[in-house]
Amino acid sequence: MKRTILLLFLLLAAMPARAQDAFLAALPGLGGGFGAQVEAVGQLGTLGDPRALPILTALSEGRLLRLADGTLLIRDGTRLLNAATGAPVDVAEADTQRVTINNRVRGALRGALGQLQIISPNSAERLAAADAIFRARSAENVPLLDAALARESVPEVRDRIALALAASRLVATNPADKLAGITALGETASPQARSILLEARAANPEVATQIDAAVAAIDQRLAIRRAAETLFQGLSLGSVLLLAALGLAVTFGVMGVINMAHGEFVMLGAYTTVMVQDFARDIPWLQPWSLPIAVPAAFLVTAAIGAAMERGLIRHLYGRPLETLLLTFGVGMMIQQAVRLIFGAQNREVISPPWMQGTLMLPFDIPVTANRLWILCFSLVIFGLILAAIRMTRFGLEMRAVTQRRPIAAAMGIRTGRVDALTFAFGSGIAGIAGVALSQIDNVSPNLGTGYIIDSFLVVVFGGVGSLAGTLIAAFGLGVINKMLEPWAGAVLAKVFVLVAVMAFIQRRPRGLFPQKGRAAEA
Amino acid sequence: MSATTLDTPAPSRIRLGLRAVMGVVVVVLATFPLLNMLPQDSVFHVSDFLVSVSGKWICYAILALSLDLAWGYAGILSLGHGAFFALGGYAMGMHLMRLIGPRGVYGHPVLPDFMVFLGYQQLPWYWLGFDHFAFAMLMVLLVPGMLALVLGWLCFRSRITGVYLSIITQAMTYALMLAFFRNDMGFGGNNGFTDFKELLGMPLNTGAARASLFYASLVSLVGCYLFCLWMTGTKYGRVLTAIRDAENRVRFLGYDTTSHKLFAFVASAMMAGLAGALYVPQVGIINPGEFSPGNSIEAVIWVAVGGRGTLVGAVIGAFSVNGLKTWLTSAAPDLWLFVLGGLFVAVTLFLPKGLVGLLKGRAK
Repeated sequence: MKRTILLLFLLLAAMPARAQDAFLAALPGLGGGFGAQVEAVGQLGTLGDPRALPILTALSEGRLLRLADGTLLIRDGTRLLNAATGAPVDVAEADTQRVTINNRVRGALRGALGQLQIISPNSAERLAAADAIFRARSAENVPLLDAALARESVPEVRDRIALALAASRLVATNPADKLAGITALGETASPQARSILLEARAANPEVATQIDAAVAAIDQRLAIRRAAETLFQGLSLGSVLLLAALGLAVTFGVMGVINMAHGEFVMLGAYTTVMVQDFARDIPWLQPWSLPIAVPAAFLVTAAIGAAMERGLIRHLYGRPLETLLLTFGVGMMIQQAVRLIFGAQNREVISPPWMQGTLMLPFDIPVTANRLWILCFSLVIFGLILAAIRMTRFGLEMRAVTQRRPIAAAMGIRTGRVDALTFAFGSGIAGIAGVALSQIDNVSPNLGTGYIIDSFLVVVFGGVGSLAGTLIAAFGLGVINKMLEPWAGAVLAKVFVLVAVMAFIQRRPRGLFPQKGRAAEA
Repeated sequence: MSATTLDTPAPSRIRLGLRAVMGVVVVVLATFPLLNMLPQDSVFHVSDFLVSVSGKWICYAILALSLDLAWGYAGILSLGHGAFFALGGYAMGMHLMRLIGPRGVYGHPVLPDFMVFLGYQQLPWYWLGFDHFAFAMLMVLLVPGMLALVLGWLCFRSRITGVYLSIITQAMTYALMLAFFRNDMGFGGNNGFTDFKELLGMPLNTGAARASLFYASLVSLVGCYLFCLWMTGTKYGRVLTAIRDAENRVRFLGYDTTSHKLFAFVASAMMAGLAGALYVPQVGIINPGEFSPGNSIEAVIWVAVGGRGTLVGAVIGAFSVNGLKTWLTSAAPDLWLFVLGGLFVAVTLFLPKGLVGLLKGRAK
């Protein structure tokens, strides 16, 4: 920034006196007829004098005024400034007359403003100016852009200026310039550059081969970018599947208890987020923390409900998985209806914190929404925490002992009933955490969970029941496959294909996926 | 599957009693269309609503019977029987659509309205033949049967049982629902089929047509009941029950459990398809919502409430739960889902043998 300003000063100092005179000479034309205005605007734009920028901006916004003697004034809020010097003047506004423009002047203004803004100290303005010049593309802008490119230091703006420069060169009459433009455009990965090249192909048959080569290069780069984009979308979908399935991987995979109310636990987690957010709304210092607070809150809420459900109901049905399935389905139905009666059937609004809004650029110019990226990281962190909890804590050890050989674990003094309840609560709590994340990207309604339950089961079964790492691989694998199929088959059919493919896969690897052996298969 | 003792042969007195209950239910139902013809002020008059709603319940009872055959006797808890029901319904719906002919809104001689609307030039190949009643009826049985055959063969061969099988069947009906929601499948997208005009030359909006469909459903119910009764009584049926209770032991004894289960599953799917085919002309619409996993699970609760492993139980369950639903959804619509969920919990915890088990327990 500093450097840019310094450069601007140097530029101004180096500007020949003749140019400054030209600026003053061109100025009165703005107050004349439409024809004179167009000419003056064009001159001011080409001169590239930064003093012209506020004047032309004022003209385009209808803030340029004229005194009877032809002196031009700019209305800046309540003050009136002399357009040529920028000094405040003491004139009543009633004595002035607004300078009007027509569409032809407006068109000229757009071009000139672009030319002037390209030397603006504000990088966002320079970016917009580069884009405006790119759209207008005229060979006259080549020297201007060349100079702008030389002094540009912000990489993003540089890229855009280079693109505008290449596009402007393409319409130049000079064949060497034209070829340079084509080459430069071919080095981008911009669909706009591609369409410009294709447009120019008919008008420039002599450089058709070069244009074709450039288009092919762009196509290749676009294909790589598309592939990377698909990969990210797939990983993003995979992270959602992983979050939804992780709780199930504990209750079903580790404990062997089928919980059809799992989706409802996810939904309760999302509603907990809504409630925490509503609670924090009136407490300013708490507001930015509502989402981080919602994570443990959702865990506790759903874990408590899960523990109550395990102790009160599921415990009586151990060893009868089909009955457990029906019972938990019934419980899920009641939870869903209760939420519908309490909170209403319509979607609840969840406000994302600022750091989760907006779009980021990954390498290869892949746009990613911040919330998707956060959820991807979040799912991996949660996965790591669960793995650590199972592998490295006392609770995890007891949990594994009870699931592997219950009577021996009991003989070692482990309270198996307590471990059962805690394990189920743990799995349910994870579902609640998933709900916090999903509330950021999905509609928070009582039906939130139903959409995830079948997918979650497929992920757990596909990855191998009882294997957390399998769940991770299955979730990301299914996510990426789903997104790869989508361009070919459409979103719905892709989902159907994945369902069928998982069913077919289970045919090929039934033993690998169902590690029950011997008499355990009869349990 | 746990080795339950659901099929302890009831004392013959009770078994006869249950069959008598079934007979009474059928006879009472058979009088409905006749009583409907009595003058409105008569004490015995049965309202149009009751006739049409009990016609639907009979179809549900057939679906419950079919599910009971798979779950109660073969131990296959299908959470996707609604898919077979819906496929049968769609096959019938296609026949009914073809019979509309040029009477549609767009008046096209061959294409149904939705195809004209979607810009079809000709009938897709899989619609051919559905203008013949016999072909359509064949498809009503064959399409669900084939799906059950393929799915069952794949699953039973790989020894996928219990909960896994349930989830796979649920995924199947979910996938079908998503697929049928698509417009380009050629099945009317999310609107499905409706606006039917006639069946077998009978205009559908007449009382005679309603009564005929009612009796056709009732006859089908009795037929399916007798078929299941016969089948479960044969040696094959006893092996099936043994598979339900201890599949590996039966396999070790030298039985081919896969084909035993497969036959029951396919027969069950065909019955469900028949139920769907009878259901569609009575309600006048079929859409992809019929595939929703919730519908299939609701059918499971009918069987569970009535008492799985007893054929009469499935029928009683279908009538009682649906009766409750019809009454409650108008009396207290918010409560219905609580009651349904509560039924799941209560039946699995306190009434594993269902209403019929309650009767049996009292008799002992």
